[in-house]
Amino acid sequence: MANELVFIKNLSAKAEEKEILKSLSLSIGRGETHVVMGPNGAGKSTLASVLMGDPAYEVTGGSIEFDGRDIGELAVHERAKQGIFLSFQNPIEVPGISLENFVRSALERQTEKKMKIWEFRKEVKRVLETLAMDPHYAERDLNVGFSGGEKKKAEILQMLLLKPKFAILDETDSGLDVDAVRTVSKGIEEFQKDASASLLVITHNAAILSALRVDAVHILVDGRIVRTGGKELIEQVGREGFAPFLEETE
Amino acid sequence: MSAEKTYVEDVDRSFYDFRFEDRDNYRVSSGLTEEIIRQISKEKHDPDWMLEFRLQSLKVFEQMPMTTWGPSIKGLDLQNIVTYVRPNTERMHAKWEEVPENIKETFERLGIPQSERESLAGVGAQYDSELVYHNVRKEVADLGVVYTDIESALRGEYADMIRERFMKLVPPTDHKFAALHGAVWSGGSFVYVPPGVTVEIPLQSYFRLNAPGAGQFEHTLIIVDKGANLHFIEGCSAPKYNVANLHAGCVELYVGENATLRYSTIENWSKNMYNLNTKRARVEKGGKVEWVSGSFGSHVSYLYPMSILKGEGARCEFTGVTFAGAGQNLDTGCKIVHDAPKTTSYVNTRSISKSGGISTFRSAVVVTAKAENSKSSVSCESLMLDDESRSDTIPVMDVRTNQADIGHEAKIGRISDEAIFYLMSRGLSEEDARALIVSGFAENVSKELPLEYAVEMNNLIRIEMKGAIG
Repeated sequence: MANELVFIKNLSAKAEEKEILKSLSLSIGRGETHVVMGPNGAGKSTLASVLMGDPAYEVTGGSIEFDGRDIGELAVHERAKQGIFLSFQNPIEVPGISLENFVRSALERQTEKKMKIWEFRKEVKRVLETLAMDPHYAERDLNVGFSGGEKKKAEILQMLLLKPKFAILDETDSGLDVDAVRTVSKGIEEFQKDASASLLVITHNAAILSALRVDAVHILVDGRIVRTGGKELIEQVGREGFAPFLEETE
Repeated sequence: MSAEKTYVEDVDRSFYDFRFEDRDNYRVSSGLTEEIIRQISKEKHDPDWMLEFRLQSLKVFEQMPMTTWGPSIKGLDLQNIVTYVRPNTERMHAKWEEVPENIKETFERLGIPQSERESLAGVGAQYDSELVYHNVRKEVADLGVVYTDIESALRGEYADMIRERFMKLVPPTDHKFAALHGAVWSGGSFVYVPPGVTVEIPLQSYFRLNAPGAGQFEHTLIIVDKGANLHFIEGCSAPKYNVANLHAGCVELYVGENATLRYSTIENWSKNMYNLNTKRARVEKGGKVEWVSGSFGSHVSYLYPMSILKGEGARCEFTGVTFAGAGQNLDTGCKIVHDAPKTTSYVNTRSISKSGGISTFRSAVVVTAKAENSKSSVSCESLMLDDESRSDTIPVMDVRTNQADIGHEAKIGRISDEAIFYLMSRGLSEEDARALIVSGFAENVSKELPLEYAVEMNNLIRIEMKGAIG
C-alpha cells in the first residue's frame, strides 16, 4: 500500500439528486498510468471532477486518499497544491491573462516561489515545440479563440509545466484529429518519463492509448468499476464495445 | 511659480470661515451668495469677465431645477451647499487619525508611502511629486506646450484663448451642477499643444489634485491644435478622501483638425462622494478623441463624457469600465453627436456590480441629417457578481439620416461555476479566481492604460473583490 498515491475507497457521489458514482474503489500507484474506459453517462467525467473537488458534486460516501492524506475536505485549489491536476474536457476561455503568464502565476502559487522569467520562458518554448503549437500561443489569452484541438494541447502544456504528482486527463482525445491525437500522446509520454508521476486517462477511444505505457485498465459502468485488467481490455473494448461489460452490472 | 499658486490660495480659509459663520442667520436657499462668489473670485485674482461669469452662473444655479432622472442625490445637502464650496478649515485639514480606516487600509494595500498617503488623504502637505511635475513641465515647454494650472493661465499669454473657450462646450445652463461649477470652479489644468506637436509622455493631473481641497470643482481645459497629439491622464487609483463629498468638475477638450487626444481617467473617489462630473470634447475634421475611463469610487456617479464630432471624418473611441460595489450607484456611459459626414464612433464598455452595487450604462448616439455615411458601434457588457447586485443598460439613439451604419450590442453575464472550478484546479483560491476573471473582463480598459496604471487598476479590482474598501 505504501506505494499507492491515489486510494479511492467506496466513493459515492451525486449531482442534483442523481447518484452517479456508486461505491467506486480504485487505487493508483506512484508512477503508474491507469485508464478508465466506459460508455457515455457511466460517470467517467464525474470521477475526474470529484477527484479534483468540484463543488458541483456532493460526495455521499467513501473516501479519497492522496499521498497518504484524506483529501475529502480539501478545496479545489488545495488539491492542486497537493499535486493533483485535471485536464478539462472543455477548458474555459479566460481573457486578460496570457497562457504563459497564467501558468507561471499558477506555478508560483503552487510552489510559493518566484519563477525566473527567462528560464520559464525557455521551458514554455520547449513544451510548445513538443506539442507542435505555434509559439504565439504563449502570449495569447488563456484559451481565448483557441480551436478545440489547441485547447486540449494547452491543457497538456499546463500539465507538463506544472508537473503535478497526479494528472487526470478527462477525454483529452475527444474531438481531436489523428495528428493532434498523436501530438497529445507525445506530450503524455513525456509526462510519463517522470518515474514518480501518476496518470489517470479517461477515454472511450483506444487511439490515444496505443503509444502509451498503461499499467491498468478499468471499465466503468453505471458508477462502478466492473472490471480491471491490463492493456488487453483496451483491445477487447475496441473489438466488442462495452456491451459485454454492461451485463456485469446486473 | 504657477503651480504653487494653487496651494497658496488655500491659505486664507480661516478668514472666510469666520465670516461664513457670522452669516449663518442670513443664509438663503443654497447658502451660496453673490458675496461668497465675489470673495472666491477676488481670492483667485480672476479677471473681471470671470467674476461676471461666476455671478451669471450663480443665477443659473439658483434657478435650475434639481436633477431627478438618475440615481438619488438626496444625500447632498443642497440647503447647505456653501459647505461644499467653502469647507471649514479645520475639517479640510483633517487629521490623519480621522481618515476612515478603510481608506488607510487601501493605501496600505496599494503600497503607497506614508508621505503620499497623507497628501492623498487630503491631510498632509504637498509631497515630492511637485518636483516631478516641474520637470515634466519643463520637458513639454521645450516643445512649445503649455501645461499649467488654469488660474495662472487665465492671467497669462493664453488668457484670450481660454476666454473664448471656457465653459463654451459645457455652458452653465447645461444642468444645475454645471452652473454650480461655473460659479465656484477652482483649480484644474490648462493644456495647449501647438500644431503638429506630438507629446510623447502622457501628462498627468495626478500631481496637482493632491492639494488639499483641490479636485472638487476643478476645471480642465485642453486644446490640441491641428495635427497635434496628446495623452492626458486624470486622477489616480488611490481613494482621495474628501470631507466635503461633492465633486462637480468640468472637462472641456478641443481637438483640432487631424489632431488626436486621448483622455484617460482612473477614478476612485472615497465612497461618500457624489461625483457629478461633466466632460465634453469637440472634434474637428479628421481629428480623434479617445476616452479611456475607469470608474471605481464614489457613492453616486453621474458621468457621461460627450463627444461632438463636428468635422468631416472626425472620430471618437470610448472605452470604459465601471465597478459598483456595496452602497454604490454608478450611472455612467457616454454621449456622441455625429454632426458631420463620415464621422465614426466606437464605444466599448464593461460594467461590474457586486455586493448590492448598482451599475447603469447609458449611451446616447445622435446622428444629425448632416452626418451622412457615419458609423457608430456601441457595445456594453455587464458582469453581475451576485444576486443582490444590479446592472442596467439604457441605450438611446437618435438618427436623422438614412445613410448611417449604427449598431448596439448589450450582454449581461455572471461568472460561471465552471470557470471558477477551472481556475481553482490550477491552484488559485476562489477569491483569486474571481479577481482574475474580473480583471480579464475589464481588460478593454487596462490594456489601453500605461503599464503602471494598468497594474494599479488590477490592484484596485483585487482590493474591490476582497471588499476591503467599504
